[in-house]
Amino acid sequence: MSTITEIAILVLAAFVGFEVISKVPNTLHTPLMSGTNAIHGIVLLGGLLLMHEAHGVLEHALLVIAIAFGTINIVGGFLVTDRMLGMFKRKPDLPPGESAGEIEGEGK
Amino acid sequence: MIAGTIFLQQSNFIDACYIVAFSLFIYGMSGLTGPRTAVRGNKIAAGGMAIAIVATLLTPHVWSGSSTPFLIIFGLVIGTAIGVPAARNVKMTAMPQMVALFNGVGGGAVAIIAWIEYRHHFQSGLSFWVQKSEIPTLFAAIVGSISFWGSNIAFGKLQEILPGRPIKLPGQTFINGALFVICVGSAIALTAGTHSQALFIVGILFAAALLGNMVVLPIGGADMPVVISLLNAFTGLSAAATGIALNNTAMIVAGMIVGASGTILTNLMAKAMNRSVPAIVAGGFGGAIAAPAGGPGADDRGPVRSTSAQDVAIQLSYARQVVIAPGYGMAVAQAQHAVRELEKALEKKGVTVKFAIHPVAGRMPGHMNVLLAEADVPYDLLKEMDEINPEFPRTDVTLVIGANDVTNPAAKNEPGSPIYGMPILEVDQSGSVIVLKRSMASGFAGIDNPLFYEPKTALLFGDAKQSVSDITAEVQAL
Repeated sequence: MSTITEIAILVLAAFVGFEVISKVPNTLHTPLMSGTNAIHGIVLLGGLLLMHEAHGVLEHALLVIAIAFGTINIVGGFLVTDRMLGMFKRKPDLPPGESAGEIEGEGK
Repeated sequence: MIAGTIFLQQSNFIDACYIVAFSLFIYGMSGLTGPRTAVRGNKIAAGGMAIAIVATLLTPHVWSGSSTPFLIIFGLVIGTAIGVPAARNVKMTAMPQMVALFNGVGGGAVAIIAWIEYRHHFQSGLSFWVQKSEIPTLFAAIVGSISFWGSNIAFGKLQEILPGRPIKLPGQTFINGALFVICVGSAIALTAGTHSQALFIVGILFAAALLGNMVVLPIGGADMPVVISLLNAFTGLSAAATGIALNNTAMIVAGMIVGASGTILTNLMAKAMNRSVPAIVAGGFGGAIAAPAGGPGADDRGPVRSTSAQDVAIQLSYARQVVIAPGYGMAVAQAQHAVRELEKALEKKGVTVKFAIHPVAGRMPGHMNVLLAEADVPYDLLKEMDEINPEFPRTDVTLVIGANDVTNPAAKNEPGSPIYGMPILEVDQSGSVIVLKRSMASGFAGIDNPLFYEPKTALLFGDAKQSVSDITAEVQAL
């Protein structure tokens, strides 16, 4: 892929990021931060892609650490977010009755 | 090899998977911004992540080499074995530092990957070490390292391994500036091609690590959520940079949307505290001890009045309206269930009970909502700051449970105060105020609270959970 294409993708992704977040209730700041935190665990892919190119003990050891770190970031991030959101079973600004049904809390 | 496997390994198919994956990230994230769709949004994003990982594992060559499969699986297993129990067992009160830690390891992974990228292109003497991957790699190395160490310090502060107060060194600003110049300068030197020793990158990583430590250490604990959010955005940006270096669309898009949304979120959080991000990064609530000097009459504040559970119970039972203002103290003491019992006991006596939730009460926005929801407090009793402030003059008794800075009237009255201008819960407007506290220690921002010295304020010292239970027992006995 050409550099210019990649930069175009980068810029568009930035705008998407800005748009998506423009309106969030205070209550959801923490879960949202935690959720986006899990998404940047995508760096795991970098570790996976580089492993076969690694030479020597140092690089192999470092990449195992990177993969483990990335996995912790992803798995931990999504699970913690899910637990946090599970606490909000009765929903804030919804009329009572039509809220809780669709939300099943996980990770007790 | 069967035809299906070949198809699955085609780069077009893998790229298509990445497109599906990042679409799911975006869709999932927009779900996370609404209370009704949040849980589903999170699951959708997790699904996108699973697709991205599987697609990567299908890429040809990823498994080549004798030890590669073992090492990849080993890393994934270790990560899962650490991440799952950590996320499942962490207490709700420790949630902020957990997020800091997860963010930190992400930053660490970025820094390591950038380091390996760098070593590769030099040691194997490849000629395609062009600026296209060079600049993003060095960027990722610096920012990833800052994020890793900064997050660790944030974790240490929130976990109270390190003191929550700002730690300042003389010449801090100068040292930070110098470190920054070293990082950027070395990076430029490397890009210009004058130095190619593999050790140079270690120097950059090290300088960035120091910078991460130095930037976060002087920031007061109360600002920590904003800092974590900022570091979260940083990690996102560095992940996007790694994506450019590795030609990986999923990483570019996912990293960049986190970087962008993280920046917005950081601003929203800072705004809720009436703080600006640059001011926070430049050094927190300026030295705790220096603070009272600005405010008049720090010395002639009278003695505090302490009270007993029984007195509090009587006051509460005969009130028409009671507002409970919880803070981090309630979280530490795990007092939310006891608070729920008290609320039920009071309602039985015909007292109207409401909860005043400051946007940054606790150590993260929404912290109190999570805890009170866990204790089954009905959601309609939780009032946001703007909604409850006009109610305080009509409130007979306000019960402040382990909240300090968010109730500090100095934010309104003392222009010299470091928190001047921060919106607060105006508990001092109510008929009388009862503060449950462990000790006379000041809040997380390290600032004295004039509220405690007001004649209408009474303090009940002790563990919040114990105090609330005692009050509840007394209320029920009345």
